Amino acid sequence: MKTRHAATEPGPVFRIGLALLLFAITAGLALALLAEPVAPGVAGQVEAALGDSGAKNHVTAVLLNFRGYDTLLELAVLTSALVGVWALGVAPDIKETTPSPVLLGMNSVLIPLAPLFCAYLLWAGASRPGGAFQAGAVLAAAAVLYNISCRRPELRLPSAPLRPGIVIGLGVFIATGFGVMGGGRAFMEYPAGLAGGLILLIETAATLSIALILASLFVGGRPEGEP
Amino acid sequence: MSSGILFACGGLGLLAIGIWALVLRAHLIRKVLAINVMGSGAFLLLVGAGSMGEAGVDPVPQAMVITGIVVAISATALALALVLRLANATGKPALPEDRERDLMDSEER
Amino acid sequence: MNTGQALDLLLVLVLLWVAWAALSSRDLFRCIVLFIAFGLVLSMAWVRLGAPDVALAEAAIGAGLAGALLLATWARLPGKTEDSKLDAKGEDDED
Repeated sequence: MKTRHAATEPGPVFRIGLALLLFAITAGLALALLAEPVAPGVAGQVEAALGDSGAKNHVTAVLLNFRGYDTLLELAVLTSALVGVWALGVAPDIKETTPSPVLLGMNSVLIPLAPLFCAYLLWAGASRPGGAFQAGAVLAAAAVLYNISCRRPELRLPSAPLRPGIVIGLGVFIATGFGVMGGGRAFMEYPAGLAGGLILLIETAATLSIALILASLFVGGRPEGEP
Repeated sequence: MSSGILFACGGLGLLAIGIWALVLRAHLIRKVLAINVMGSGAFLLLVGAGSMGEAGVDPVPQAMVITGIVVAISATALALALVLRLANATGKPALPEDRERDLMDSEER
Repeated sequence: MNTGQALDLLLVLVLLWVAWAALSSRDLFRCIVLFIAFGLVLSMAWVRLGAPDVALAEAAIGAGLAGALLLATWARLPGKTEDSKLDAKGEDDED
């Protein structure tokens, strides 16, 4: 039979049941958290191996060296998300609007500052908080600001260098990983003396790719004229 | 009581709030927001539980959470593109079974 | 309970409250703006947890770019009036 019930809001019984279920799950997890003895963790091991990693910031060392596979696959996830968005269609037509003078004034200050701040974050990532993801995000934010204020077609970024730029992070990462394999080392096992420079190289390429991918995700479709 | 466990329990609360909204809200953008809140709760639980020990701050959960934030934004972007596509195709940003429900997208502020 | 822990408790309560408000408001625009605020409060929580790297990433990505994406999607949904499209853009700066 055709019911209309499917279209109505969930009833109070359903809500109470869901609330009870969620409360039970949360309370159970909290109890487990309180009852478990605290494991020692791996902070000590990271500290011990930090000298060989080529970075003085613990988090950067973990991201780019000890657990490099995570970061490599994360770049792959970003790239495939962009491929998915591009597969859905051409970027939606954006009406030409007159941006507010406040936005334009702010942009003239913020957009030139963003690459500088990005370079600082990238360089500081070796020893202080910062790194490729944060730097890439700042650069992407500048691109988004540019995109929402200067939406005239002739001012759009040319799409020709876009695709190599998007895959350069992944490419450099994999190439470096294979490149250090000579001399009996494993994939992505950096030689001790060179690790700092290699990490900086990978991070620079990754920053560029992350910025381009995030900005392209904001545009929400492949550029016009691309197949 | 250290602060780590406080934030871990806060993460559990965020997880519960996120599941609640994910199940009950009909508008797909609200569902995307709920998934993001759930993810933030999981990150908070991870780092909070990682800083419960005596050894100080553990960098491995932090690196995993940075990775997770970037993966979450790419998944969000893909989900929003799909929502937009669905809304343009059917006229309503909701799943087929929720189409008659109150989407709570009023224009007045 | 010392001052730092009281501050942490307050931060967690604000975080839960903002999350609840962001997911239950009737106005979708307000939901998205509250979600951006949620990202900023969360990045303060990362600082309190001793994770400044995560705080930077959260403020730049979780609050800035995600907010811009959500607002852009919201403005492009069918059935929006023209003037509500215009004021939807332009709140993403974190540097």
